[in-house]
Amino acid sequence: MQFDSFSSFLSMGGYAFYVWLSFGVTGGAMIFLVLQSYFQHKSLLNTVVVEQARKARVKKARENASM
Amino acid sequence: MWKWLHPYAKTEEAYRLCITLQPWFWMGAIVCLLIGTPWGLAFAPQDYQQGDSFRIIYIHVPSAILSMGTYVAMAVAALIGMVWQWRTAYMTMIAMAPVGAVMTFIALFTGAAWGKPMWGAWWVWDARLTSELILLFLYIGVIALYGAFEDKQQGGKAAGVMALVGVVNIPIIHYSVEWWNTLHQGATISKFDNPSIAPEMLWPLLINLLGFALFIAAVTTVRLRNEIIRRELHRPWVQALATTYFENKRT
Repeated sequence: MQFDSFSSFLSMGGYAFYVWLSFGVTGGAMIFLVLQSYFQHKSLLNTVVVEQARKARVKKARENASM
Repeated sequence: MWKWLHPYAKTEEAYRLCITLQPWFWMGAIVCLLIGTPWGLAFAPQDYQQGDSFRIIYIHVPSAILSMGTYVAMAVAALIGMVWQWRTAYMTMIAMAPVGAVMTFIALFTGAAWGKPMWGAWWVWDARLTSELILLFLYIGVIALYGAFEDKQQGGKAAGVMALVGVVNIPIIHYSVEWWNTLHQGATISKFDNPSIAPEMLWPLLINLLGFALFIAAVTTVRLRNEIIRRELHRPWVQALATTYFENKRT
């Protein structure tokens, strides 16, 4: 451990703002990327299901019309 | 020799491969980043000139190296797509582009936040910084060009050409600190015979570098799966996949 106390760790030898800004923005950007990728996954699968249901409805309507 | 690779040209096989690899990439990335980051932040010794501000190196250098590494990987995928006409290769290319763009953004941002206390300026129009900014624009260009096409196979080809042409920027970034007078310091870890960094500082850096690489691989597998679903929306196996996904959610 290079720091005597937790508060000296937080102050980063006077560079607290720059160090924590860097690590904060990096963590934020990485978390954003992960969340966006997983939300996209879910919404795409949802699109597939919605599209399937729509096609089934169209097919059914056609069958009814031809009868 | 390359025959084992051929089945993965099929989207279904590539999708399965992603599912197999994904947990390993995630676990590796989390373990490496949870070791490397606290080690770098709290246990690595202070720099004798830069004090504690040098700790930004533990995210700046990995993201900068891998912003270039991801670009090369993306260009290789584009080349494979062009030579062997693999649709999955273009999908891999476009899955990697946003990940690389985020890495480039992180490298630029942490560089600015490191430059301010050390150089006295957030930004200077220096060769290293400018060429890295161009890398960000190349990533954005590849994403935008792909998005502009209705036919995604055509879009993949066009974006692939742009990705390949942009490779010329990679050596420019790498050698910019040697070719031009610059504020940016020279290479630190790529000189293995005579490293200019103490081993106590180097180890957490290498661990974080591996962590970032695995993180990029993990996110790429997620995004490649997304791209496969988007392109194969009407295939029966994708429809079965979506149905089981929501059935499992309900129970």
